[in-house]
Amino acid sequence: MIELRRVNKWFGGRQVLKDVSLTVARGERVVVCGPSGAGKSTMIRCINRLEEHQQGEIFVDGIELTGDVKQIEAIRREVGMVFQHFNLFPHLTVLDNLTLAPIWVRRMPRREAEDLAMLYLERVRIPEQAGKYPSQLSGGEQQRVAIARALCMKPQIMLFDEPTSALDPEMIKEVLDVMVELAQSGMTMICVTHEMGFAREVADLMVFMDQGEVIETAPPDRFFTAPRNERTRLFLGRILRQ
Amino acid sequence: MKAGAARALRWTRVNLFSTPLNAALTLFIAYLAVRLLPGTVGWAVLRASLTAADDRACAASGGACWAFILDWSRFILFGRFPYAQQWRPAIVLVIFAALLLASFSRLLPGRWLALAWAGGLGAVALLMWGGVLGMPYVDTALWNGLPLTLILAAGGLGISFPLALLLALGRRSSLPAVRTLSIVYIEGARGVPFIAWLFLMLVLLPLFLPPGVAIAKLWRAEIAFALFIAAYLAEVVRGGLQAIPRGQYEAADALGLGYLHKTALVILPQALAVTIPAQVNTFIGAFKDTALISIVGLFDLLQDTNTALNDPAWRMAYVEGYVFVGAVYFVFCYSMSLYSRRLERRLGRERR
Amino acid sequence: MVPADQRAPASPPKRQVAPWNDERVRSLAFQSLTLALVVGLLAYLALNAADNLSRQGIATGFGFLGREASFAITTALIPYSPADTYARALLVGLLNTLLVAGLGLVLATLLGLALGLARLSANWLLGRLALVYVEIMRNTPLVLQLFLWWDLLRLSTPPPREAWKPLPGVYISLRGVFFPVPVYDPLYLWMGAALALGVAAAALLGVWGRRRQARTGRALRLGLPGLALILLPPAIVFFAGGAPHLLDVPHPTRFDFSGGRSITPEFAALLAGLVAYTAAFIGEILRGSILSVRSGQSEAAAALGLTRGQALRLIVLPQAIRVAIPPLTSEYLNLAKNSSLAVAIGFPELFSVTNTVANQTGQAIEAMAIVCATYLAISLSISLLMNLYNRSMAPVER
Ligand SMILES: Nc1ncnc2c1ncn2[C@@H]1O[C@H](COP(=O)(O)OP(=O)(O)OP(=O)(O)O)[C@@H](O)[C@H]1O
Ligand SMILES: [Mg+2]
Repeated sequence: MIELRRVNKWFGGRQVLKDVSLTVARGERVVVCGPSGAGKSTMIRCINRLEEHQQGEIFVDGIELTGDVKQIEAIRREVGMVFQHFNLFPHLTVLDNLTLAPIWVRRMPRREAEDLAMLYLERVRIPEQAGKYPSQLSGGEQQRVAIARALCMKPQIMLFDEPTSALDPEMIKEVLDVMVELAQSGMTMICVTHEMGFAREVADLMVFMDQGEVIETAPPDRFFTAPRNERTRLFLGRILRQ
Repeated sequence: MKAGAARALRWTRVNLFSTPLNAALTLFIAYLAVRLLPGTVGWAVLRASLTAADDRACAASGGACWAFILDWSRFILFGRFPYAQQWRPAIVLVIFAALLLASFSRLLPGRWLALAWAGGLGAVALLMWGGVLGMPYVDTALWNGLPLTLILAAGGLGISFPLALLLALGRRSSLPAVRTLSIVYIEGARGVPFIAWLFLMLVLLPLFLPPGVAIAKLWRAEIAFALFIAAYLAEVVRGGLQAIPRGQYEAADALGLGYLHKTALVILPQALAVTIPAQVNTFIGAFKDTALISIVGLFDLLQDTNTALNDPAWRMAYVEGYVFVGAVYFVFCYSMSLYSRRLERRLGRERR
Repeated sequence: MVPADQRAPASPPKRQVAPWNDERVRSLAFQSLTLALVVGLLAYLALNAADNLSRQGIATGFGFLGREASFAITTALIPYSPADTYARALLVGLLNTLLVAGLGLVLATLLGLALGLARLSANWLLGRLALVYVEIMRNTPLVLQLFLWWDLLRLSTPPPREAWKPLPGVYISLRGVFFPVPVYDPLYLWMGAALALGVAAAALLGVWGRRRQARTGRALRLGLPGLALILLPPAIVFFAGGAPHLLDVPHPTRFDFSGGRSITPEFAALLAGLVAYTAAFIGEILRGSILSVRSGQSEAAAALGLTRGQALRLIVLPQAIRVAIPPLTSEYLNLAKNSSLAVAIGFPELFSVTNTVANQTGQAIEAMAIVCATYLAISLSISLLMNLYNRSMAPVER
């Protein structure tokens, strides 16, 4: 489904991705973790070309990401993304946030798009907020709207970049519940998160990154109990102690 | 009753006599008012003359010469538009007033308002040109006075707006050639006085056109005006674009929206909404600048007044003439600025 | 240091991309198209112009600048006669522009400061009065105001023999405004030098005071001594030199005045109009910038125990000035550009002179090019300075 082969990326003279390789099969759930500045965001943003990689190959659903605009468009249609800071469109109501892309990108009739949007709003359990503006919602609600907005494009793959780290503790759970449900429905997911409980529950594969490199990939049971790399052990020690 | 008096007393103490300096200022201003107000009111109202035959008669009564305005009102307002047909520009004024009121009062939702403006401007064009429905054709050279001012302003804004959007987007573009061109245009236009633009367009443009091609003066002024405002408006819009967080662009990208959709549906609506007050302020400035066309030989409100003042019978009534023109401009500009301030307050509340 | 083999490769992978779908190709194509359109339009206009000019038999080029101007200019800061060249006439115009802009800038700032303070004053009447003034100025066109000033100064002023005398030695009449000037005396040079010395001494005193306060914590009241240091030396020189106070006072003659200096009604109208108009904007800028820092910051200062004066001087004003400088600069630029409205009332600044030159020579394109280039040079250099200043003053964030 997604394949990164020896991907390299530089910001100016600074290398932020070093020979990153990763394969994600259809229906697989991958959780990426690592210290701040490790390049986690950069990596998943390369997958839908919010960042451009400079060496190596990235395939999404069999399509290679190059400078080809048509293919970038095709990939972005298939890949949904949820951001740390929600990035909802403040000038549109919740419903309009959800229907915008289906109408203009998928060319769906408005009626149909609105039905679809209500369906997903129900799945994230806030159908009653459809008419409100993002600024009138709590952080947890906003993030759930953002998830629903991505789902409305019926993506094959969902990317999450620290979806809960801007939220208060009591709101984290409501967002994670939605994500767990999504995982159980068989969605292919890559999540950057430090919520290790969530990782244990849903992940098929754990990826640990540090300084632009993938240090360790392992299934969660082995990753948490017997990490091979010293740096992974240190990181886990630090994060699990909290 | 008593409470009211006490409150008034307290208000006076706090606002007029809080410190010795303030008390002195208040007394000084009151003294000036006593000295100057009766004279001014006497001049403007009591001793004013509405029927005098010329400025000497007014001077004899020692008051304002509103008779000049009355005598020349139709020329000042409509200029050389054929006298018998002046009901047409009069209706045009009514249409503009209605459109402005509709815009300020926000009675109509946005889409209808746009339609109303389009229809209204169509009607204006029809009435001014004529040539149909039994209305004789009137050349643009005879479109004078207040309708000319309003047509210039409305048309200038209408043409400049899309141009300003392009320039603002161009200045923020990632394409170096587009960005450079936009910067050169914007900075070039803003670095030169408007009067220079008007001279360029009115005096020099014919030199740059192939022989046989002529553009009427009115349209040349309109083009100059639109090109000039566009640069200022572009900077206002750019301010709005800069205020939009990068996350908005990224979210639109991630949803698969292309450049056009992203810009038109996500970015511009936000950038335009936050800059409405600044846009209105730019427009007030532009509206005042329409008066400059009187220098390059177009007969707007101000030039009509100047022409009327050339009448030897009224040469000394210039204060009244200019006060009248000033009052007309003031009504338009001040209502726009009130509107912009109200919007600003509302935006401020919403943002909080 | 990045090792050579780790440097970013110039271009990303390119693999079987149809050229019309390639991002880079598209962006290049779009840019080339835009450039071609713009260059094409300009070339078209230029060709037309060349064609039209040759048809009308007008020679292009700036050769005309060396020819004799043969028109008079009423106000000139440098010696000028109609026998001088067009180039010199334009220089006279430019100097007049700079004169009006410079004087206007200073006067408008002073009046604007007064207006801003009046608007902020606790006195309700004064605040309202200033507000009315500001609204009238800001909501009516400047040209209109200029026409009014000009007519006031040339139509409603009395003939020289009945001239108004607002101050002793100052006459306002149809001929313009006449005012006395001191007769030059070499002593004035020495007074200038003494003033410079005084300023330097006062600056030193200020530095010493600040050092001392930093060392001992004791603040000294150095305001009065500083002022004395500045004012006393020139005063001493003045009286020691015999206090030369000859004034060249204008005297009414039969139809005019002799002596003193004068400004024409056009100049007076332009200056008065520009100052009255720009001051309203400056006043609002100053008021807004003071208000923008007022509440939280001065409360914080009060909480730290600073007095109101200290809070104003140390906390509010530095921030207010930082807020005010960019819009002030653009207002000054507006003033300079608005001085070109002199063409409406016939004061010979750069634009009016250029207009005359263009009419006389027919070289309108070249003349307009000169004006535009001059204004652009002024505007761009000021905005360049402004940007540099902004960069150095930008509050450090995060
Ligand atoms: N647009 C950019 N320009 C320059 N450097 C960047 C840019 N974006 C990221 N970087 C750098 O790339 C490195 C990796 O950043 P990235 O955001 O991918 O880290 P991360 O693993 O997501 O960290 P965090 O947990 O803090 O989000 C960091 O050192 C960052 O400073
Ligand atoms: Mg990150």
